[in-house]
Amino acid sequence: MTETTLVGAINLALHRAMSDDPDVVVLGEDIGANGGVFRATEGLFNAFGADRVRDTPLAETAIGGLCVGMAAQGLKPVAEIQFLGFIWPAMDHIVNHASRLRNRTRGRLSCPMVIRAPTGAGIHAPEHHSESVESIFAHVPGMRVVIPSSPQKAYGLMLAAIRDPDPVLFLEPARLYRSVKQDVKDDGKALPLDKCFTLRSGTDLTMVTWGATVMDVVAVADALADEGISAEVIDVATISRFDADTVLASVEKTGRCVIVHEAARTSGFGAEISARLADEGVMSLMAPVERVTGPDTVVPLPAMEKLYIPSAAAIREAALRAVAHQ
Amino acid sequence: MNVLRSSDEAKIPVPDRRSRRPVATFEIAYRQYLDETGVPVADLPAFARDPEVLLPIYRAMTLTRLFDARAVSMQRTGQLGTYPSSLGQEATTVGLASAMRPEDVLFPTYREHGALHWRGVTMEEMLLYWTGDERGLKWRGPVEDFPPAIPIATQTLHAAGAATAFKIRRQPRVAVAVLGDGATSKGDFYEAMNVAGIWELPVVFVINNNQWAISVPRGAQTAAATLAQKGIAGGLPCEQVDGNDVIAVHAAVSEAVERARNDGGAAVVEAITYRMSDHTTADDATRYRLEDEVSAMWKRDPLARLRAWIGDNGWWVKEDEEALVEDIRRRIEAARIALAAHSPQEPGELFDDLYAELPPSLRWQRAAMEDFRDD
Repeated sequence: MTETTLVGAINLALHRAMSDDPDVVVLGEDIGANGGVFRATEGLFNAFGADRVRDTPLAETAIGGLCVGMAAQGLKPVAEIQFLGFIWPAMDHIVNHASRLRNRTRGRLSCPMVIRAPTGAGIHAPEHHSESVESIFAHVPGMRVVIPSSPQKAYGLMLAAIRDPDPVLFLEPARLYRSVKQDVKDDGKALPLDKCFTLRSGTDLTMVTWGATVMDVVAVADALADEGISAEVIDVATISRFDADTVLASVEKTGRCVIVHEAARTSGFGAEISARLADEGVMSLMAPVERVTGPDTVVPLPAMEKLYIPSAAAIREAALRAVAHQ
Repeated sequence: MNVLRSSDEAKIPVPDRRSRRPVATFEIAYRQYLDETGVPVADLPAFARDPEVLLPIYRAMTLTRLFDARAVSMQRTGQLGTYPSSLGQEATTVGLASAMRPEDVLFPTYREHGALHWRGVTMEEMLLYWTGDERGLKWRGPVEDFPPAIPIATQTLHAAGAATAFKIRRQPRVAVAVLGDGATSKGDFYEAMNVAGIWELPVVFVINNNQWAISVPRGAQTAAATLAQKGIAGGLPCEQVDGNDVIAVHAAVSEAVERARNDGGAAVVEAITYRMSDHTTADDATRYRLEDEVSAMWKRDPLARLRAWIGDNGWWVKEDEEALVEDIRRRIEAARIALAAHSPQEPGELFDDLYAELPPSLRWQRAAMEDFRDD
């Protein structure tokens, strides 16, 4: 066991996956000798060589399309999109091809590929570097969207994503890359996809979140415990395909739910969770579902990004409102 | 320690700054062996004198044309959905496929019925797909070949990706992507050529330049003199061929494919042909192009040209032609009848190949679709 950052855990998982499986190939911009702008691919080039660790030209469409062709041949490409705001040129390949190839060939061909990208604000980056757009991809059939919230989760979910036989968009909360450290055991064990993680048990309300805001929500829940309010915290982790059962079971117990995400409010994935509660959990609810989200605005430049990210105060207020509702 | 690299700047010799010498020049060769009447206009490659090579190609081109006509008539009578005819492009589509080995991988567009057939996709499978049934793409023949790309030019990058896999695994195989003239305007094509050049990938890009991207003519697609020369920007060898001269298509693509197989890297071949039909059965080309242009193009008919050559050499006589047409008609009819024997897909099949294993969250949707079917 070593204490590792989230980006370090991803690096560990990539090393492990490449050692275990010669079909795993890493590609992207600046991921070779440079080790990636966040250093997620550090050391892979020297360890595995230029054949399996490929610096691509500066072309995101190419990254998306190459992955489709490589994956259909049985390689397991793990591509890095340097920042999530630059993923759009690859969208055609992700939506029209990677996510559909298995279905349109009725299983003759498939796309076991992973696209990694940093997600979210909070690292003082320039424009187009701080987006949270997971729900756009959650709308795509045939895809998976996975967002780890800690070094341990990052390690286990990354291994699961690489081993999964279908395309996975793996979104790494940039704000957490180096802000938390955890003991991560490099044991090659994957965590389950399509499964929420209950991080903290509670009886008074359910708090549902994912990615960078998990830490914030856990901190609020800890503070609420001091005031005698018992909050259950669920890390969604796999946005698509979403494990609603875990959330529904929790809300059945607590009767109250607060959903927290950094992405814009309208059609954010919180809206889907809220809808599922309305569909299947409404008789358990003792209070309106609260959503604490980023506003429906463009993600601001760094000067205002703190304002954009859901604040601890806003999360706490929503929790108190939910608990107070008669 | 990390490997350090140097920029090109360090490698470029300091130019003579007093002059403005060209630092790069290029030319695009045009290749044609048979003229429109089937008479040789250049030194023929050896295979052009071998009926064992040419007759299967001729038969496949004839099948492509007859299949195409039948598919259009099936669409007109409600047996198929929208269908894109390949009328007039038989030399290009069969010529490129016949230049490949079975273990190579094809990345076709939706108009390459002749290439698919050559590769081993059955007429029944093709017809099944064009009825609007994905099971037609689960073909049993070339199992690694990609299904037709409906978005434009995306397949060029998929081919580059497959070629990357061949290279990493040291497999002597080649990916062949076919794209239309319109597709050369898309960034995907440039990005594919660019990465194929840098990584020296075993991939060949064949441009099926049929002059029309639905209603937009070749001249409105790019100001470049040729489409082939776009490969220059990616550092690839490129040439233009008469796409209605199957000997030229087969020769050029064969050379490119074998060079790629032998670590010679990627290439671009532009085949000049003509779309004799509407874009699809849902299109009406009289809205945007002159009938005179189309009728004049019949003079360049690729089938008549090859038939003249094999006939003049005594390899093909009227009886052969009659027997071939009858045989093909019988096989097409058999495929049409076999098509009718496919039971409709069950509603649940909509879900079954979305993922390797259906995620729990989709199981109830699948069950609901089974429960509430309207029939």
